[in-house]
Amino acid sequence: MHNIEKKWEPKIIAFFCNWCTYTAADLAGVSRLKYAPNVRVIRIMCSGRVDPQFIMQALASGADGVLIGGCHPGDCHYSEGNYKMLRRFRLLQRVFKSMGIDEKRCRLEWISASEGDKVKTVINDMVEQIQKLGPLALPERMADLDKEIEEIEKEISKEEVVEHA
Amino acid sequence: MFSTNGNNTPRIGFYVCHCGHNIASLVDVEEVRKYVATLPGVVVSRDYKYMCSDPGQELIQQDIKENKLNRIVVASCSPLLHEHTFRVATEKAGLNPYFFHMVNIRENVSWVLDNREIATEKSKDLARAAIRRVFFHKPLEKKTVPINPAVLIVGGGIAGIQAALTIANAGKKVYLVERDATIGGHMAMFDKTFPTLDCAACILTPKMSAVKSHPNITLWTYSEVEKIDGFVGDYHVKVKRKPRYVIEDLCVGCMDCIEACIYKEAKYPDEFNQGLSKRKPIYIPFPQATPMVVLFDPETCIDFKSHRCKKTCIEACDRDAIDLKQVATYENINVGTVILSTGFQTYDAKLSPQYGYGKFPNVYTSLEVERLVNASGPTGGEVITRDGKRPKSVGIIHCVGSRDEKSHKWCSRVCCMYSLKLAHLIKEHTGAEVYNFYIDMRTPGKGYEEFYDKLMNEGVHFVRGRVAEVTDWAIIPEEEQKLTIRVEDTLIGVVRRIPVDMVVLAVGMEPKDDASEIRRLFNISCSNEGFFLERHPKLAPVNTFTDGIFIAGACQGPRDIPDTVAQAGAAAAECLSLISAGSIELEPNTASIIEKYCSGCKSCIPLCPYTAISFKEDIKKAYINEALCKGCGTCVAACPSGSILQNLFEDDQIFSEIDGLLKFAGIEPEKKEVLHA
Repeated sequence: MHNIEKKWEPKIIAFFCNWCTYTAADLAGVSRLKYAPNVRVIRIMCSGRVDPQFIMQALASGADGVLIGGCHPGDCHYSEGNYKMLRRFRLLQRVFKSMGIDEKRCRLEWISASEGDKVKTVINDMVEQIQKLGPLALPERMADLDKEIEEIEKEISKEEVVEHA
Repeated sequence: MFSTNGNNTPRIGFYVCHCGHNIASLVDVEEVRKYVATLPGVVVSRDYKYMCSDPGQELIQQDIKENKLNRIVVASCSPLLHEHTFRVATEKAGLNPYFFHMVNIRENVSWVLDNREIATEKSKDLARAAIRRVFFHKPLEKKTVPINPAVLIVGGGIAGIQAALTIANAGKKVYLVERDATIGGHMAMFDKTFPTLDCAACILTPKMSAVKSHPNITLWTYSEVEKIDGFVGDYHVKVKRKPRYVIEDLCVGCMDCIEACIYKEAKYPDEFNQGLSKRKPIYIPFPQATPMVVLFDPETCIDFKSHRCKKTCIEACDRDAIDLKQVATYENINVGTVILSTGFQTYDAKLSPQYGYGKFPNVYTSLEVERLVNASGPTGGEVITRDGKRPKSVGIIHCVGSRDEKSHKWCSRVCCMYSLKLAHLIKEHTGAEVYNFYIDMRTPGKGYEEFYDKLMNEGVHFVRGRVAEVTDWAIIPEEEQKLTIRVEDTLIGVVRRIPVDMVVLAVGMEPKDDASEIRRLFNISCSNEGFFLERHPKLAPVNTFTDGIFIAGACQGPRDIPDTVAQAGAAAAECLSLISAGSIELEPNTASIIEKYCSGCKSCIPLCPYTAISFKEDIKKAYINEALCKGCGTCVAACPSGSILQNLFEDDQIFSEIDGLLKFAGIEPEKKEVLHA
């Protein structure tokens, strides 16, 4: 159906908060922990900054999953930004469900600045899960949909022409 | 094709760093450089061995001037490490520093991957995202806040004392808050300090008195920080002063009240002497306590329990300093910076039951033995076991609660040295045979190894092996009435049983039980072990991730007195450097409202933890007070009409980063003339 390459690898976009998870990812690096290469990190100040649109946009642009990393509850550098993210995340999960997107494609994790090993385990685990789920391929699906709609429109306009004739 | 937000067309300079071999060994930097050169907007693309070095920075500055660059992207290490460096370099060349963006291809790529091709691809993706992002960068004004010159120091051990004196001597105001009734911390308990064997009290107590009498230091003992808010330069602190039932200003420490207490004999375990002696319900922690003020223990004082005491203590005080109705009071202070020097606690030896602590009376912790050998200790410096005998043989067991999978994995760093010191002191006081049971001797420090050599020549025995158990089960007559240490001597490969009269457990250092609560109070992080986390282990060892809050001493990790004092000096210098600068630059990542889009729905207002957002009733729009905004961006993400903008993390910038990572992954590179190097 879709033009999927033979060796498909999941693409994951991650939003890591500056104070806890981004620092933990740095620690993972300093500790030379090896983990799956599929994640691309975008640094933000707080997980509370993650607009649901960022997640949607990432998936719509071809990501197979989105990972959000914030401070543990009670540890947020800005007191409670992580709780705000949690609230949004729960809502978003419901939206994903209704759209037929597997909930596992979007993941929220609390990773403190000292948990370099957790960065590794979470990323490896998520990559494995998404490998099982297979590609989301939203851009391709959208293109297919667009094509379908175009064809239907063509069909309709043909019929209209026939009717008028 | 690209919006440049009113700025002239982006002319991007891209620099990829080899970081010696750190990046270049796994990432094909030349390939990255060549690839980025093909991306739209890129005018210069170079790779260099060390971008953070002076020549590296000069490279950027020269290109800004010669090639009229107006956007800079550097792909190197973590922005947490060198973002500031490159911003300064950018600014020096006359470009607004916020036109710079950093790509992390070391911590996020070369150090965590092992495939060259994949690492190069990932680096290209990240670089492409940054190139897309900088199109949307805007010049920003730096935000500076003034620094209140007063400093709060929490914890009055040697670290807090040293830091307080350094800052106070520089003429700045210090508030020193100590939880216990006296300052001095663990060091006040020690008799001698290694390796010089100078008397701990002789070097510490003058400093304690200096703190008490210093005009720039306000000393609040028996007090705790209850609440702190604000930010660097302007912290508001609420300190709880617990009732000691004695008016501190009136008490002169004559101790007549203690004499007069209706308990003629002291009968409660004395905390300072580790329970090896007794105290009364009204007491002074130790003879050199600072401040020299008595305190009541309401748990043991009869009057607090029955209200039927004759109160002979009150009669005895001719200064009317005793106030049994005293309640906690609160002090509110404003400071600009904070030093946390809350110290450590020793490992609870009962958690290693194989060593029999708490079961056999003659098993001691090292802290108890510190008191025993101390001339002002419970026995006046005589080493006498709990059954009243002078030991003829003593075994010191190292690494109790250190380097052990079952308790703590870390090395406590001080135990080998203090065990040597105690071995020397015990031998000196009693002439006993002393055995050290060690895993490895760790004596790194000036004069430490020499001290170890000295001990070996003094005839102290060293047995290499982790002790299996301490037992009173005698199997040969020599072991009767003794404690037998069973250990595998790994140097000769046999299991030995060594009968001794006294066992000393060299307990390790661990974070305080409430370190986690303190950390939350001050909004800093802890490492996995529970010690406070420094901003960078090498480059910012006394800084935390919260600006203006510094750490010193064993609250950050096990360390000895020289290291603690050095660190306290460093923390003091950090505070003084902020005070001396007078103000600090903050990240200009605050949020603001775009009024024409704001619908006045008020959804952002309750989200702000700093109450920075208010509602302008006259125009029915939200308003952000940028002085209060800390730049988390939570309101930005929540605004339904997209009318809040966060500097440095604008929607456009993040969307372009997402697109850069994904959408433009496969586009045909442009063919154009770009400067390479």
